Amino acid sequence: MSNEAVFHEALIEGGKHWSLTLRSGTVLRLVDVNGGANVGMLFYNPYNLLERYNAPDTLKCQHTFKLTKGHCLYSDMGRIFCSVIDDSVGWHDTVCGNSNKALVTRRWGQKTYQRWRNDWTQNGHDSFLVEGGKYGLGRRDLAANVNWFSKVTVADTGDMTFDASNSRAGDFVDLRFEMDTLVLLHTCPHPLNPAPDYPRAPIRIQLRKSAPVQDDDYCRNSRPENIRGFENTELYRQCACPALGD
Amino acid sequence: MQRPSELDADAARYRKVIPAGEYWIDVVKMGERFRIVDVEGNQAADTLLFSAADPGDRYSIVDTMREQRNVYLGVGSKLLSTAGNTLAEIVADTVGRHDTLGGACAAESNSVRYALDKRTMHACRDSFLLAVAKHDHFNLSKRDLTHNINFFMNVPVTAEGGLEFADGLSGPGKYVELRAAMDIIVLISNCPQLNNPCNAYNPTPLEILIWDSDVP
Repeated sequence: MSNEAVFHEALIEGGKHWSLTLRSGTVLRLVDVNGGANVGMLFYNPYNLLERYNAPDTLKCQHTFKLTKGHCLYSDMGRIFCSVIDDSVGWHDTVCGNSNKALVTRRWGQKTYQRWRNDWTQNGHDSFLVEGGKYGLGRRDLAANVNWFSKVTVADTGDMTFDASNSRAGDFVDLRFEMDTLVLLHTCPHPLNPAPDYPRAPIRIQLRKSAPVQDDDYCRNSRPENIRGFENTELYRQCACPALGD
Repeated sequence: MQRPSELDADAARYRKVIPAGEYWIDVVKMGERFRIVDVEGNQAADTLLFSAADPGDRYSIVDTMREQRNVYLGVGSKLLSTAGNTLAEIVADTVGRHDTLGGACAAESNSVRYALDKRTMHACRDSFLLAVAKHDHFNLSKRDLTHNINFFMNVPVTAEGGLEFADGLSGPGKYVELRAAMDIIVLISNCPQLNNPCNAYNPTPLEILIWDSDVP
Protein backbone atom coordinates (compact mmCIF):
# COMPACT_ATOMS: atom_id res chain seq x y z
CA MET A 1 0.00 0.00 0.00
CA SER A 2 1.22 3.46 -0.88
CA ASN A 3 2.35 5.73 1.93
CA GLU A 4 2.20 8.86 -0.19
CA ALA A 5 0.44 11.86 1.34
CA VAL A 6 -3.23 12.52 0.68
CA PHE A 7 -3.41 15.58 -1.60
CA HIS A 8 -7.19 15.90 -1.69
CA GLU A 9 -9.98 14.84 0.63
CA ALA A 10 -13.73 15.27 0.29
CA LEU A 11 -16.87 14.16 2.10
CA ILE A 12 -19.75 13.15 -0.18
CA GLU A 13 -23.13 12.87 1.51
CA GLY A 14 -25.48 10.01 0.70
CA GLY A 15 -27.76 10.39 -2.32
CA LYS A 16 -25.38 12.68 -4.26
CA HIS A 17 -23.21 12.49 -7.38
CA TRP A 18 -19.81 13.68 -8.57
CA SER A 19 -17.24 13.07 -11.31
CA LEU A 20 -13.52 13.59 -11.73
CA THR A 21 -10.75 12.72 -14.17
CA LEU A 22 -7.80 10.93 -12.59
CA ARG A 23 -4.34 10.51 -14.09
CA SER A 24 -2.69 7.11 -14.10
CA GLY A 25 -0.70 6.66 -10.92
CA THR A 26 -3.41 8.13 -8.69
CA VAL A 27 -4.94 6.16 -5.82
CA LEU A 28 -8.59 6.84 -5.00
CA ARG A 29 -9.64 5.69 -1.52
CA LEU A 30 -13.33 5.38 -0.75
CA VAL A 31 -14.21 5.25 2.95
CA ASP A 32 -17.61 4.14 4.24
CA VAL A 33 -18.06 6.70 7.02
CA ASN A 34 -21.01 5.23 8.94
CA GLY A 35 -21.39 1.75 7.42
CA GLY A 36 -23.89 0.57 4.83
CA ALA A 37 -22.63 2.88 2.05
CA ASN A 38 -23.09 2.30 -1.66
CA VAL A 39 -21.00 4.01 -4.33
CA GLY A 40 -22.15 3.56 -7.92
CA MET A 41 -19.23 4.04 -10.31
CA LEU A 42 -18.54 4.07 -14.05
CA PHE A 43 -15.23 4.53 -15.87
CA TYR A 44 -14.40 6.00 -19.31
CA ASN A 45 -11.27 6.79 -21.29
CA PRO A 46 -11.31 10.63 -21.31
CA TYR A 47 -9.59 10.71 -24.74
CA ASN A 48 -11.99 8.22 -26.32
CA LEU A 49 -15.29 8.15 -24.45
CA LEU A 50 -16.40 5.08 -26.43
CA GLU A 51 -13.95 3.05 -24.34
CA ARG A 52 -15.77 2.27 -21.12
CA TYR A 53 -15.86 -0.05 -18.14
CA ASN A 54 -16.97 -3.54 -19.09
CA ALA A 55 -18.28 -5.55 -16.15
CA PRO A 56 -18.73 -8.86 -18.04
CA ASP A 57 -15.14 -8.71 -19.34
CA THR A 58 -13.92 -7.81 -15.84
CA LEU A 59 -15.73 -10.79 -14.32
CA LYS A 60 -14.94 -13.40 -16.96
CA CYS A 61 -11.28 -12.37 -17.31
CA GLN A 62 -10.82 -13.07 -13.58
CA HIS A 63 -13.42 -15.84 -13.11
CA THR A 64 -15.14 -13.86 -10.40
CA PHE A 65 -18.62 -12.59 -9.58
CA LYS A 66 -17.50 -10.21 -6.83
CA LEU A 67 -14.80 -7.52 -6.80
CA THR A 68 -12.15 -7.29 -4.09
CA LYS A 69 -8.39 -6.84 -3.52
CA GLY A 70 -6.32 -8.12 -6.44
CA HIS A 71 -8.97 -7.55 -9.08
CA CYS A 72 -8.52 -5.26 -12.07
CA LEU A 73 -11.37 -3.29 -13.67
CA TYR A 74 -11.24 -3.72 -17.43
CA SER A 75 -12.40 -1.55 -20.30
CA ASP A 76 -14.01 -3.10 -23.37
CA MET A 77 -10.61 -2.64 -25.10
CA GLY A 78 -8.75 -5.15 -22.93
CA ARG A 79 -7.13 -2.44 -20.82
CA ILE A 80 -7.21 -1.79 -17.07
CA PHE A 81 -8.74 1.42 -15.76
CA CYS A 82 -7.84 0.64 -12.16
CA SER A 83 -6.71 -2.10 -9.81
CA VAL A 84 -8.15 -2.82 -6.37
CA ILE A 85 -4.92 -2.61 -4.36
CA ASP A 86 -6.51 -2.74 -0.91
CA ASP A 87 -9.95 -3.55 0.45
CA SER A 88 -11.22 -4.01 4.01
CA VAL A 89 -14.66 -5.20 2.83
CA GLY A 90 -14.08 -8.30 0.68
CA TRP A 91 -17.06 -8.13 -1.67
CA HIS A 92 -18.31 -5.41 -4.02
CA ASP A 93 -21.16 -5.81 -6.51
CA THR A 94 -21.04 -5.03 -10.22
CA VAL A 95 -24.12 -6.79 -11.61
CA CYS A 96 -27.15 -5.08 -10.03
CA GLY A 97 -27.05 -1.73 -11.80
CA ASN A 98 -28.72 1.35 -10.40
CA SER A 99 -31.72 2.61 -8.61
CA ASN A 100 -33.91 4.66 -10.92
CA LYS A 101 -36.75 7.10 -10.31
CA ALA A 102 -39.48 4.44 -10.53
CA LEU A 103 -37.68 2.08 -8.15
CA VAL A 104 -36.99 4.81 -5.58
CA THR A 105 -40.60 6.02 -5.74
CA ARG A 106 -41.94 2.47 -5.36
CA ARG A 107 -39.72 1.55 -2.42
CA TRP A 108 -39.21 4.74 -0.48
CA GLY A 109 -41.57 7.30 -1.95
CA GLN A 110 -40.45 10.29 -3.92
CA LYS A 111 -39.21 13.37 -2.09
CA THR A 112 -39.32 16.24 -4.54
CA TYR A 113 -36.69 18.93 -4.72
CA GLN A 114 -39.45 21.57 -4.37
CA ARG A 115 -40.27 20.41 -0.86
CA TRP A 116 -37.10 18.71 0.37
CA ARG A 117 -34.37 20.66 -1.40
CA ASN A 118 -31.11 18.71 -1.33
CA ASP A 119 -32.63 16.05 0.92
CA TRP A 120 -34.64 14.85 -2.07
CA THR A 121 -34.49 11.18 -3.08
CA GLN A 122 -32.00 11.22 -5.94
CA ASN A 123 -31.48 7.97 -7.86
CA GLY A 124 -28.39 6.35 -9.37
CA HIS A 125 -29.53 6.28 -13.00
CA ASP A 126 -30.34 10.00 -13.13
CA SER A 127 -27.09 10.73 -11.28
CA PHE A 128 -25.06 9.05 -14.01
CA LEU A 129 -27.01 10.89 -16.72
CA VAL A 130 -26.21 14.22 -15.05
CA GLU A 131 -22.52 13.51 -14.47
CA GLY A 132 -22.04 11.85 -17.88
CA GLY A 133 -23.77 14.75 -19.59
CA LYS A 134 -20.99 17.04 -18.40
CA TYR A 135 -18.65 15.18 -20.76
CA GLY A 136 -21.05 14.66 -23.67
CA LEU A 137 -22.15 11.20 -22.52
CA GLY A 138 -25.79 10.10 -22.71
CA ARG A 139 -27.93 7.08 -21.94
CA ARG A 140 -26.40 5.13 -24.83
CA ASP A 141 -23.02 5.38 -23.10
CA LEU A 142 -24.10 3.85 -19.82
CA ALA A 143 -22.98 0.34 -18.88
CA ALA A 144 -23.16 -2.02 -15.92
CA ASN A 145 -21.63 -0.09 -13.01
CA VAL A 146 -19.78 -1.04 -9.85
CA ASN A 147 -21.61 -0.75 -6.52
CA TRP A 148 -18.74 -0.35 -4.06
CA PHE A 149 -19.47 -1.61 -0.48
CA SER A 150 -22.54 -3.60 -1.58
CA LYS A 151 -22.81 -7.40 -1.61
CA VAL A 152 -25.33 -9.56 -3.42
CA THR A 153 -24.94 -13.33 -3.17
CA VAL A 154 -26.30 -15.95 -5.55
CA ALA A 155 -27.86 -19.31 -4.61
CA ASP A 156 -27.57 -22.48 -6.72
CA THR A 157 -30.92 -21.59 -8.26
CA GLY A 158 -29.53 -18.21 -9.35
CA ASP A 159 -31.62 -16.29 -6.81
CA MET A 160 -29.96 -13.07 -5.62
CA THR A 161 -29.84 -11.87 -1.99
CA PHE A 162 -28.70 -8.47 -0.71
CA ASP A 163 -26.40 -8.60 2.35
CA ALA A 164 -27.14 -5.55 4.50
CA SER A 165 -24.23 -6.26 6.89
CA ASN A 166 -21.46 -6.16 4.27
CA SER A 167 -19.76 -2.86 4.98
CA ARG A 168 -19.13 -1.22 8.36
CA ALA A 169 -18.09 2.20 9.57
CA GLY A 170 -14.49 2.86 8.54
CA ASP A 171 -14.35 0.23 5.82
CA PHE A 172 -12.45 1.32 2.72
CA VAL A 173 -11.36 0.30 -0.76
CA ASP A 174 -8.29 1.62 -2.65
CA LEU A 175 -8.34 1.96 -6.45
CA ARG A 176 -5.03 2.56 -8.21
CA PHE A 177 -5.54 4.03 -11.68
CA GLU A 178 -3.46 2.36 -14.39
CA MET A 179 -4.51 4.79 -17.15
CA ASP A 180 -6.03 8.26 -17.25
CA THR A 181 -9.70 7.73 -16.42
CA LEU A 182 -12.93 9.68 -16.23
CA VAL A 183 -14.80 8.51 -13.11
CA LEU A 184 -18.55 9.05 -12.63
CA LEU A 185 -19.85 8.28 -9.16
CA HIS A 186 -22.94 8.53 -7.02
CA THR A 187 -23.82 7.69 -3.42
CA CYS A 188 -27.43 6.71 -4.06
CA PRO A 189 -28.73 3.50 -2.41
CA HIS A 190 -28.06 0.09 -3.90
CA PRO A 191 -31.16 -0.92 -5.91
CA LEU A 192 -31.72 -4.06 -3.78
CA ASN A 193 -31.31 -2.32 -0.42
CA PRO A 194 -34.49 -3.25 1.53
CA ALA A 195 -34.10 -0.51 4.19
CA PRO A 196 -37.48 0.96 5.20
CA ASP A 197 -36.25 4.54 4.73
CA TYR A 198 -34.16 5.91 1.83
CA PRO A 199 -30.59 5.23 3.00
CA ARG A 200 -28.23 8.21 3.06
CA ALA A 201 -24.77 6.87 3.79
CA PRO A 202 -21.90 9.38 3.38
CA ILE A 203 -18.48 8.46 2.04
CA ARG A 204 -15.07 10.07 2.30
CA ILE A 205 -12.84 10.32 -0.75
CA GLN A 206 -9.06 10.57 -0.51
CA LEU A 207 -6.62 11.04 -3.38
CA ARG A 208 -2.89 10.34 -3.29
CA LYS A 209 -0.08 9.42 -5.68
CA SER A 210 0.78 5.76 -5.97
CA ALA A 211 4.21 4.19 -5.92
CA PRO A 212 5.27 2.86 -9.36
CA VAL A 213 3.84 -0.56 -10.23
CA GLN A 214 6.54 -3.21 -9.79
CA ASP A 215 6.82 -6.48 -11.69
CA ASP A 216 5.84 -8.37 -8.52
CA ASP A 217 2.74 -6.20 -8.00
CA TYR A 218 -0.08 -8.08 -6.29
CA CYS A 219 -2.86 -7.09 -8.74
CA ARG A 220 -0.67 -7.60 -11.79
CA ASN A 221 0.10 -11.16 -10.68
CA SER A 222 -3.20 -12.13 -9.06
CA ARG A 223 -4.15 -13.92 -12.30
CA PRO A 224 -2.23 -14.64 -15.53
CA GLU A 225 -4.88 -12.66 -17.39
CA ASN A 226 -3.93 -9.53 -15.47
CA ILE A 227 -0.29 -9.71 -16.58
CA ARG A 228 -1.59 -9.45 -20.15
CA GLY A 229 -4.07 -6.72 -19.14
CA PHE A 230 -1.20 -4.66 -17.71
CA GLU A 231 0.82 -5.20 -20.91
CA ASN A 232 -2.09 -3.93 -23.04
CA THR A 233 -2.46 -0.91 -20.75
CA GLU A 234 1.27 -0.10 -20.76
CA LEU A 235 1.36 -0.26 -24.56
CA TYR A 236 -1.50 2.24 -24.74
CA ARG A 237 0.06 4.55 -22.15
CA GLN A 238 3.41 4.55 -23.96
CA CYS A 239 2.09 5.03 -27.46
CA ALA A 240 -1.21 6.84 -27.45
CA CYS A 241 -2.16 8.40 -24.20
CA PRO A 242 0.55 11.08 -23.64
CA ALA A 243 0.15 12.54 -27.12
CA LEU A 244 -3.59 12.84 -26.70
CA GLY A 245 -3.55 13.80 -23.06
CA ASP A 246 -1.06 16.65 -22.90
CA MET B 1 -37.32 -25.32 -16.23
CA GLN B 2 -37.94 -26.66 -19.72
CA ARG B 3 -41.07 -25.83 -21.69
CA PRO B 4 -41.35 -26.94 -25.34
CA SER B 5 -43.08 -24.65 -27.83
CA GLU B 6 -46.49 -25.49 -29.25
CA LEU B 7 -45.55 -23.82 -32.56
CA ASP B 8 -45.04 -25.84 -35.73
CA ALA B 9 -41.74 -25.16 -37.51
CA ASP B 10 -43.45 -25.64 -40.88
CA ALA B 11 -45.74 -22.69 -40.10
CA ALA B 12 -42.86 -20.26 -39.51
CA ARG B 13 -42.89 -17.23 -41.82
CA TYR B 14 -39.07 -17.07 -41.85
CA ARG B 15 -36.21 -19.54 -41.46
CA LYS B 16 -32.52 -18.82 -41.75
CA VAL B 17 -29.34 -20.67 -40.79
CA ILE B 18 -26.57 -18.47 -39.33
CA PRO B 19 -23.15 -20.09 -39.76
CA ALA B 20 -20.66 -19.68 -36.91
CA GLY B 21 -18.80 -16.38 -37.04
CA GLU B 22 -21.63 -14.57 -38.82
CA TYR B 23 -24.33 -12.19 -37.60
CA TRP B 24 -28.06 -11.67 -38.03
CA ILE B 25 -29.86 -8.35 -37.59
CA ASP B 26 -33.50 -7.55 -38.29
CA VAL B 27 -36.68 -6.16 -36.81
CA VAL B 28 -39.05 -8.53 -35.04
CA LYS B 29 -42.55 -7.10 -34.65
CA MET B 30 -44.62 -6.94 -31.48
CA GLY B 31 -46.32 -10.29 -30.89
CA GLU B 32 -44.05 -12.23 -33.21
CA ARG B 33 -42.31 -15.27 -31.80
CA PHE B 34 -38.73 -16.00 -32.72
CA ARG B 35 -36.82 -19.15 -32.00
CA ILE B 36 -33.07 -19.66 -31.91
CA VAL B 37 -32.05 -23.28 -32.48
CA ASP B 38 -28.71 -24.68 -31.31
CA VAL B 39 -28.45 -26.91 -34.36
CA GLU B 40 -25.48 -29.08 -33.38
CA GLY B 41 -25.32 -28.27 -29.66
CA ASN B 42 -23.29 -26.15 -27.19
CA GLN B 43 -23.06 -23.14 -29.47
CA ALA B 44 -23.42 -19.59 -28.06
CA ALA B 45 -25.90 -17.08 -29.50
CA ASP B 46 -24.70 -13.65 -28.36
CA THR B 47 -27.85 -11.53 -28.54
CA LEU B 48 -28.66 -7.82 -28.21
CA LEU B 49 -32.15 -6.27 -28.31
CA PHE B 50 -33.15 -2.65 -29.00
CA SER B 51 -36.50 -0.89 -29.10
CA ALA B 52 -37.07 -0.36 -32.84
CA ALA B 53 -38.87 2.93 -32.17
CA ASP B 54 -36.20 4.19 -29.76
CA PRO B 55 -32.92 2.24 -30.12
CA GLY B 56 -31.37 4.17 -27.22
CA ASP B 57 -33.69 2.07 -25.05
CA ARG B 58 -32.03 -1.33 -25.18
CA TYR B 59 -31.55 -4.63 -23.42
CA SER B 60 -30.02 -4.24 -19.96
CA ILE B 61 -28.47 -7.19 -18.15
CA VAL B 62 -28.46 -5.41 -14.80
CA ASP B 63 -32.12 -4.38 -14.89
CA THR B 64 -33.20 -7.79 -16.20
CA MET B 65 -31.33 -9.78 -13.53
CA ARG B 66 -32.16 -7.43 -10.67
CA GLU B 67 -35.90 -7.18 -11.35
CA GLN B 68 -36.28 -10.98 -11.58
CA ARG B 69 -33.88 -11.39 -8.60
CA ASN B 70 -32.08 -14.15 -10.49
CA VAL B 71 -28.91 -14.19 -12.57
CA TYR B 72 -30.04 -16.87 -15.06
CA LEU B 73 -32.49 -16.48 -17.91
CA GLY B 74 -35.23 -19.05 -18.61
CA VAL B 75 -38.93 -19.46 -19.33
CA GLY B 76 -40.79 -16.45 -17.94
CA SER B 77 -37.77 -14.15 -17.96
CA LYS B 78 -38.75 -10.69 -19.09
CA LEU B 79 -35.89 -9.11 -21.02
CA LEU B 80 -35.93 -5.52 -19.76
CA SER B 81 -34.53 -2.34 -21.24
CA THR B 82 -32.52 0.35 -19.48
CA ALA B 83 -35.77 2.31 -19.05
CA GLY B 84 -37.50 -0.71 -17.50
CA ASN B 85 -39.61 -1.64 -20.54
CA THR B 86 -40.15 -5.30 -21.48
CA LEU B 87 -38.56 -5.86 -24.89
CA ALA B 88 -39.32 -9.58 -25.09
CA GLU B 89 -40.18 -12.56 -22.90
CA ILE B 90 -38.82 -16.10 -23.03
CA VAL B 91 -41.91 -18.23 -23.73
CA ALA B 92 -40.36 -21.61 -24.55
CA ASP B 93 -37.03 -23.24 -23.80
CA THR B 94 -35.72 -26.79 -24.07
CA VAL B 95 -32.37 -25.98 -22.41
CA GLY B 96 -33.19 -24.84 -18.86
CA ARG B 97 -31.15 -21.73 -18.32
CA HIS B 98 -29.03 -19.23 -20.20
CA ASP B 99 -26.23 -16.82 -19.28
CA THR B 100 -26.36 -13.03 -19.36
CA LEU B 101 -23.31 -12.27 -17.18
CA GLY B 102 -20.46 -13.29 -19.46
CA GLY B 103 -20.83 -10.71 -22.22
CA ALA B 104 -19.52 -11.15 -25.74
CA CYS B 105 -16.04 -12.20 -26.76
CA ALA B 106 -13.95 -9.43 -28.29
CA ALA B 107 -10.54 -9.43 -29.92
CA GLU B 108 -9.30 -7.27 -27.05
CA SER B 109 -10.70 -9.40 -24.22
CA ASN B 110 -9.41 -12.52 -25.99
CA SER B 111 -5.92 -11.02 -25.77
CA VAL B 112 -6.35 -10.79 -21.99
CA ARG B 113 -8.12 -14.10 -21.44
CA TYR B 114 -6.00 -16.36 -23.63
CA ALA B 115 -2.81 -14.79 -25.08
CA LEU B 116 -1.76 -11.44 -26.56
CA ASP B 117 -1.37 -13.00 -30.02
CA LYS B 118 -5.09 -13.95 -30.03
CA ARG B 119 -5.92 -10.28 -30.64
CA THR B 120 -6.41 -10.84 -34.36
CA MET B 121 -8.82 -13.76 -34.03
CA HIS B 122 -12.44 -13.27 -35.04
CA ALA B 123 -14.81 -12.43 -32.18
CA CYS B 124 -18.46 -11.61 -31.50
CA ARG B 125 -17.80 -7.90 -30.94
CA ASP B 126 -16.30 -7.69 -34.45
CA SER B 127 -19.47 -9.27 -35.86
CA PHE B 128 -21.60 -6.78 -33.91
CA LEU B 129 -19.51 -3.87 -35.25
CA LEU B 130 -19.77 -5.11 -38.82
CA ALA B 131 -23.52 -5.63 -38.47
CA VAL B 132 -24.21 -2.09 -37.26
CA ALA B 133 -21.84 -0.59 -39.87
CA LYS B 134 -23.43 -2.43 -42.77
CA HIS B 135 -26.97 -1.75 -41.54
CA ASP B 136 -26.50 1.88 -40.59
CA HIS B 137 -30.16 2.68 -41.22
CA PHE B 138 -30.66 1.40 -37.66
CA ASN B 139 -28.41 4.27 -36.45
CA LEU B 140 -26.51 1.95 -34.13
CA SER B 141 -22.79 2.21 -33.38
CA LYS B 142 -20.24 1.03 -30.82
CA ARG B 143 -22.00 3.19 -28.22
CA ASP B 144 -25.00 0.89 -28.50
CA LEU B 145 -23.07 -2.37 -28.19
CA THR B 146 -23.72 -3.14 -24.58
CA HIS B 147 -23.77 -6.31 -22.46
CA ASN B 148 -25.62 -9.15 -24.16
CA ILE B 149 -27.41 -12.43 -23.61
CA ASN B 150 -25.50 -15.65 -24.23
CA PHE B 151 -28.22 -18.10 -25.18
CA PHE B 152 -27.13 -21.74 -24.64
CA MET B 153 -24.17 -20.75 -22.42
CA ASN B 154 -23.89 -22.02 -18.85
CA VAL B 155 -21.97 -19.72 -16.49
CA PRO B 156 -22.73 -20.69 -12.88
CA VAL B 157 -22.07 -18.27 -10.01
CA THR B 158 -20.82 -19.89 -6.79
CA ALA B 159 -21.93 -18.97 -3.25
CA GLU B 160 -18.38 -17.68 -2.60
CA GLY B 161 -18.59 -15.23 -5.50
CA GLY B 162 -16.76 -17.25 -8.16
CA LEU B 163 -17.72 -17.50 -11.81
CA GLU B 164 -17.38 -20.79 -13.69
CA PHE B 165 -17.62 -21.59 -17.37
CA ALA B 166 -19.30 -24.96 -17.20
CA ASP B 167 -20.22 -27.44 -19.87
CA GLY B 168 -23.36 -26.32 -21.60
CA LEU B 169 -26.79 -27.63 -20.71
CA SER B 170 -27.69 -27.37 -24.35
CA GLY B 171 -27.49 -30.04 -27.03
CA PRO B 172 -28.26 -30.66 -30.69
CA GLY B 173 -31.65 -29.25 -31.70
CA LYS B 174 -32.35 -27.53 -28.39
CA TYR B 175 -33.88 -24.09 -28.67
CA VAL B 176 -35.09 -20.99 -26.91
CA GLU B 177 -38.13 -19.02 -28.07
CA LEU B 178 -39.03 -15.40 -27.39
CA ARG B 179 -42.13 -13.31 -27.90
CA ALA B 180 -41.45 -9.70 -28.82
CA ALA B 181 -43.34 -7.36 -26.45
CA MET B 182 -42.78 -4.41 -28.80
CA ASP B 183 -41.14 -3.93 -32.20
CA ILE B 184 -37.48 -4.75 -31.53
CA ILE B 185 -34.20 -4.85 -33.40
CA VAL B 186 -32.56 -8.22 -32.77
CA LEU B 187 -28.80 -8.51 -33.27
CA ILE B 188 -27.24 -11.96 -32.96
CA SER B 189 -23.62 -12.99 -33.31
CA ASN B 190 -23.11 -16.70 -33.77
CA CYS B 191 -20.03 -16.93 -31.59
CA PRO B 192 -16.76 -17.75 -33.43
CA GLN B 193 -14.79 -18.46 -30.22
CA LEU B 194 -12.00 -21.04 -30.78
CA ASN B 195 -10.29 -20.71 -27.40
CA ASN B 196 -12.99 -21.92 -25.03
CA PRO B 197 -13.80 -25.58 -24.31
CA CYS B 198 -17.49 -24.74 -23.76
CA ASN B 199 -18.17 -25.42 -27.46
CA ALA B 200 -15.50 -28.14 -27.74
CA TYR B 201 -13.45 -25.61 -29.79
CA ASN B 202 -15.91 -26.20 -32.60
CA PRO B 203 -18.35 -23.36 -33.39
CA THR B 204 -21.44 -24.62 -35.22
CA PRO B 205 -24.55 -23.13 -36.94
CA LEU B 206 -27.64 -21.60 -35.36
CA GLU B 207 -31.06 -21.39 -36.99
CA ILE B 208 -33.60 -18.56 -36.61
CA LEU B 209 -37.34 -19.13 -37.05
CA ILE B 210 -40.02 -16.40 -36.86
CA TRP B 211 -43.78 -16.87 -36.62
CA ASP B 212 -46.40 -14.25 -37.41
CA SER B 213 -47.62 -11.91 -34.69
CA ASP B 214 -50.39 -12.96 -32.31
CA VAL B 215 -51.44 -9.29 -32.11
CA PRO B 216 -54.45 -8.59 -34.39
